[in-house]
Amino acid sequence: MSTTGQDVLSVRDLRVWYGTERGAARAVDGVSFDLRPGEILGLVGESGCGKTTLGRGLLGLLPRGAFVDGDVTFKGKPMPAVASKEYRALRGAELGMIFQEPMTRLNPLMRISEHFEETVRAHHPGVSRERVRHAALEVLRVMGIPPTRYRSYPHEFSGGMRQRLTIALALVLRPAFIVADEPTTALDVLVEAQIIKILADLRREFDTSLLLITHNLGIVSEACDRVAVMYAGRIVEIGDARQVFRSPQHPYTQELLRSTISLSTTGLSFIPGSPPDLVDPPAGCRFHPRCPHAMRVCATQAPVPLEVAGGQRVECWLHGPESQVPPGGGEPLHVREELSVADEA
Amino acid sequence: MSTATAPGSLPRYIVQRLLLIIPMVWFILTLVFLLMRVAPGDPVSASVGGRLPEAALDQRREALGLNDPLIQQYWDYLSGVLTLDFGNTITDNTPITQIVKENGGATLTLTISAMLLALVVGLPLGLIAGRYRDTPADGGIRIFGIVTYAAPVFYTGLLVQLLFLNVFSGWPLLGQSTPITEFTVETRTHILLLDAIIAGDGDAVIDVLKHLMLPAVTLGLLICGIFIRLTRVNVLQTLQADYVEAARARGIPERRVVRSHAFRNAMVPVVTIIGLQVALLLSGAVLTEKTFAWPGLGNQLITYIDQRDYAAVQGIITLFAVVVVLISILIDIVIALIDPRVRY
Ligand SMILES: Nc1ncnc2c1ncn2[C@@H]1O[C@H](COP(=O)(O)OP(=O)(O)O)[C@@H](O)[C@H]1O
Ligand code: SF4
Ligand SMILES: [Mg+2]
Repeated sequence: MSTTGQDVLSVRDLRVWYGTERGAARAVDGVSFDLRPGEILGLVGESGCGKTTLGRGLLGLLPRGAFVDGDVTFKGKPMPAVASKEYRALRGAELGMIFQEPMTRLNPLMRISEHFEETVRAHHPGVSRERVRHAALEVLRVMGIPPTRYRSYPHEFSGGMRQRLTIALALVLRPAFIVADEPTTALDVLVEAQIIKILADLRREFDTSLLLITHNLGIVSEACDRVAVMYAGRIVEIGDARQVFRSPQHPYTQELLRSTISLSTTGLSFIPGSPPDLVDPPAGCRFHPRCPHAMRVCATQAPVPLEVAGGQRVECWLHGPESQVPPGGGEPLHVREELSVADEA
Repeated sequence: MSTATAPGSLPRYIVQRLLLIIPMVWFILTLVFLLMRVAPGDPVSASVGGRLPEAALDQRREALGLNDPLIQQYWDYLSGVLTLDFGNTITDNTPITQIVKENGGATLTLTISAMLLALVVGLPLGLIAGRYRDTPADGGIRIFGIVTYAAPVFYTGLLVQLLFLNVFSGWPLLGQSTPITEFTVETRTHILLLDAIIAGDGDAVIDVLKHLMLPAVTLGLLICGIFIRLTRVNVLQTLQADYVEAARARGIPERRVVRSHAFRNAMVPVVTIIGLQVALLLSGAVLTEKTFAWPGLGNQLITYIDQRDYAAVQGIITLFAVVVVLISILIDIVIALIDPRVRY
């Protein structure tokens, strides 16, 4: 893994578990990655894989009762305790979040100006209105919102404009790291392209690192430097975005790419089955019930992360290490696979 | 863009609301008129029949216009209300306006203090219950809210009276003041409390306040339960709102998130409901006044109902209904002032 010194964010073995009646749902279960300044990391995977949980976990925005463990280093220092004042002080100032639904993320009773004033003053008490206005208009300009709208109310803006407003709000204090959780899913295609362009250009104006959560691989190829593929609480493949798209190494990434590409070519192709129950996930490799290449070893032992060609990191027995595969473990897991396909029918 | 905020849209909205008063009042007047006419028998023989000779009864009917065609009566009623003439009672031939003048002040004093009490107690309790959901505090407050709302006014009133009879013997349980206060305080506004204050008579003010306390608490508790429940539910909702989470994500301190996002936004529906509570407040006032011999309109209303004085009942009910309409329009305007989304 890369050197921690220059990284904005360094995540090691992060776990986030939710308590449910049936037991712990391991939504994030041992995730590690690094993020460099200004870098955009795409996070993809089917819904229910733990992407949102990972994003919120990094900001300390989890519901009460969630269990968090692991080491997160931000700008070279360990992240403060979840409910602490120090964490609160980081949010908004150094850590930002952009949500999926722009329509409901602004307080309908507050002017845009009041949102900015509240946010800036939460971190710099006593700053004058005029200075807040100055800083706000600067980000709003980058977002293409005219200064004349500064004192408007949220309901006076369209969905796309509101998302640009929330981005501006997240950026006003120039945070070093932002999580954008499916920021365009609720918007129409034209607006989506606009927002993605803004996010892709962020580093030029703000030098912000971005974790861009999306299920749209097109967005990743357009905007991201690197991509992480998440399945059932783990990052199963991570690497340079173009590299991963050109030669995906994990069967799940391959299936994910195949299902998107085929949307525009042959029509229907999807990964049979659905992401597993995170309270009681499959033993071994969590993808093995749906994996077309599953081997015996996959059903019993979890694969170990391995660095493969081109700096990609993959968790899959296909890439070894051979030495850890027990004798006969390389035999295909045919029966299992047919069963799970039949289950779906 | 979805914007259509033409300049001056708020004044236009307010004018629209104010104009709405006309059809609403007209509708209510018509309703009251019809309901009064649906009752069988004629009002005069119902109220004073048997006590006056037939000729006198007929004279009363004639004076009340009961011999006129229905449409004529309807017209007289409407135009009377327009000129603030609500007619005369049948039993004692008093102008309704005079009853309103003499007794309205007491009702106003009672309802306003009960409403203030309900707000001052109900809103904070509702906020606390919502904020600290499922804690013992929440549980206690919810039970308090349910009990106060569900308990009949007569019952609460009696309980309060018994309590004070035993614990603070000598505390006034009935009426609006001692006779001395009533005699010494010069009548100016017909609102005794106000008159006592104007007169600068401290003893009289204290006397009225002491008398006011029990009925105000009784009526206030009734309304308070609703405020508690409503505030709590709305706070629970706003605490879950997306913009509250977004505010947390911007590092807004939790106290401020709760205060200026959750609580403030929860108040919008609560204010709306205050308007609807006015009807309950007035009907509760009728029972409270009866229980505490409070010399207000509600007390008069019950007396006239007992005497089957349709004209008096019609007059007082009309007034109550018009007050309810006016306040609901007023609340609409207040909402528009606090919620920018309303102005369309
Ligand atoms: N508050 C919660 N309590 C319990 N389980 C949750 C909660 N939030 C999410 N989960 C579960 O965690 C898993 C991951 O959810 P999420 O992080 O939203 O995935 P994604 O964003 O990839 O769709 C899902 O199985 C979901 O049911
Ligand atoms: S470890 Fe086995 S089951 Fe998992 S992805 Fe690789 S081949 Fe498929
Ligand atoms: Mg999600």
